[in-house]
Amino acid sequence: MTASWTVTDLTRYLRELLESDEVLQDVWVHGEVSNFSRPASGHLYFTIKDSSASLRCVMWRSAVPRQSFIPRDGDAIDVHGAISVYEAGGQYQLYADLFRPAGEGALYQEFLRLKALLEAEGLFAPERKRPIPPRPQRIGVVTSPTGAVLHDILNTLRRRYPLVEVILAPTAVQGAEAPAGIITALRNMVHYASPDVIILARGGGSIEDLWAFNDEQVARAIAASPVPIIAGIGHETDFTIADFVADLRAPTPTAAAELATPNQADLRIELSDFNNRLNHLLQIYQSEVRWALKELQNQLDKNSPLTRINSDLQRLDELDRRLGASTSHILQLARVHLTGLLQHMAALNPTAVLERGFAIVTNLARQTISRVAQVSRGEALSVQVSDGDFDVQVSGTTKQRS
Amino acid sequence: MSPAKPKIKSSDTSRPGKAGKATPPDVEGLSYEQALAELEKIVTSLEVNKLSLDETMSLYERGQALTRHCVDLLDKAELRVKQLSGETLEDLPADS
Repeated sequence: MTASWTVTDLTRYLRELLESDEVLQDVWVHGEVSNFSRPASGHLYFTIKDSSASLRCVMWRSAVPRQSFIPRDGDAIDVHGAISVYEAGGQYQLYADLFRPAGEGALYQEFLRLKALLEAEGLFAPERKRPIPPRPQRIGVVTSPTGAVLHDILNTLRRRYPLVEVILAPTAVQGAEAPAGIITALRNMVHYASPDVIILARGGGSIEDLWAFNDEQVARAIAASPVPIIAGIGHETDFTIADFVADLRAPTPTAAAELATPNQADLRIELSDFNNRLNHLLQIYQSEVRWALKELQNQLDKNSPLTRINSDLQRLDELDRRLGASTSHILQLARVHLTGLLQHMAALNPTAVLERGFAIVTNLARQTISRVAQVSRGEALSVQVSDGDFDVQVSGTTKQRS
Repeated sequence: MSPAKPKIKSSDTSRPGKAGKATPPDVEGLSYEQALAELEKIVTSLEVNKLSLDETMSLYERGQALTRHCVDLLDKAELRVKQLSGETLEDLPADS
């Protein structure tokens, strides 16, 4: 007779058996939610079922904040988790850690297929990306005319670059008609508004909400646009085909507006730089001109008639001084010479000779008698001595034999 | 240098359009883009070319005017928003 298991042992055995199965520990299950409850503990209890079976599920409170949505009864969802056994209840159940709307998996497969296709065609190639103009004059915005996204974009543009003109091409960005609407809006934008750059934007949402941006025709319209396109779709973690094919991907609509425009604070700095360069250039020019002027002034001064006149005047002074010097020298000489002559003259003065006893004899015709032959016997002569004269008569002559 | 300034100014205003080169368009009429492009050209020209005093002073003054105009445009700019409705552009209601 075989020994009996205890219920506890058997249940534990089953739990360990299930927990050792890799497939059961990482499983996605698709079904419809029922008996959903959320007691005060914060844990979630529910059942998912299809037409012929049901599975009890629990999600611990700690996993709840990570969910993008909380399902309700009747929702078709995919649940991810691990199968184990609740020993006290004797029930196997799914310990869930992730909800996903049903169909998302299929959409994701479609996303991957289209991404691979377009990538193979080269639509995402970096060399296809066109540069975004640094200072656009006209920006096209293709998005929903209602809602926060347009508001955020306009506010950002207003704050950063109020000089720009914004053209909105409104379109649905969600739902069955969204792809055609986006394509038409892009085409009209290019045809009738000719902006410098286009922002294609949508707020955050589920993969289904964003699905229009994973549409193949939308992707091809973006690629065909002659105007560069910045995609700002969903949140930073959302990637759509439009993001890959656009010329620039922005993490959010607001970021797209930022990437499309310069910041006016930077523009003001740029202007102030230009102004500084202008002033600097003028200063350089002015100092060059001043220097050149000074050079010219110097040369002018050098060649000025005033300079020559001054220099001539100086020369005249010099000559004058030298002239003065030489003149007085000559005078001095002359004076000495003159003095000599005077003395000589004094020596020759006949009066002085008369003082020494000589006399001057003249006839009546006042001729000086110096020879015997000048007189005749009986002739009256005048004799001049030092203090006067007297008359004599020639009584005889004797000619000295020589 | 300072006496040259009023002289150039007066000569500029006294013979509009007869300065030997095309008179530049009025600064006030230029878009930000146009003004900035001309400003860049002027600065480059002053940096690269050896110009006469008259040319230098008039380029400098033009550059100053362009800078002021750009700042003015930034100060006064109000975002213009229009909506494409089919094939025509309409002003967007102010509430958006």
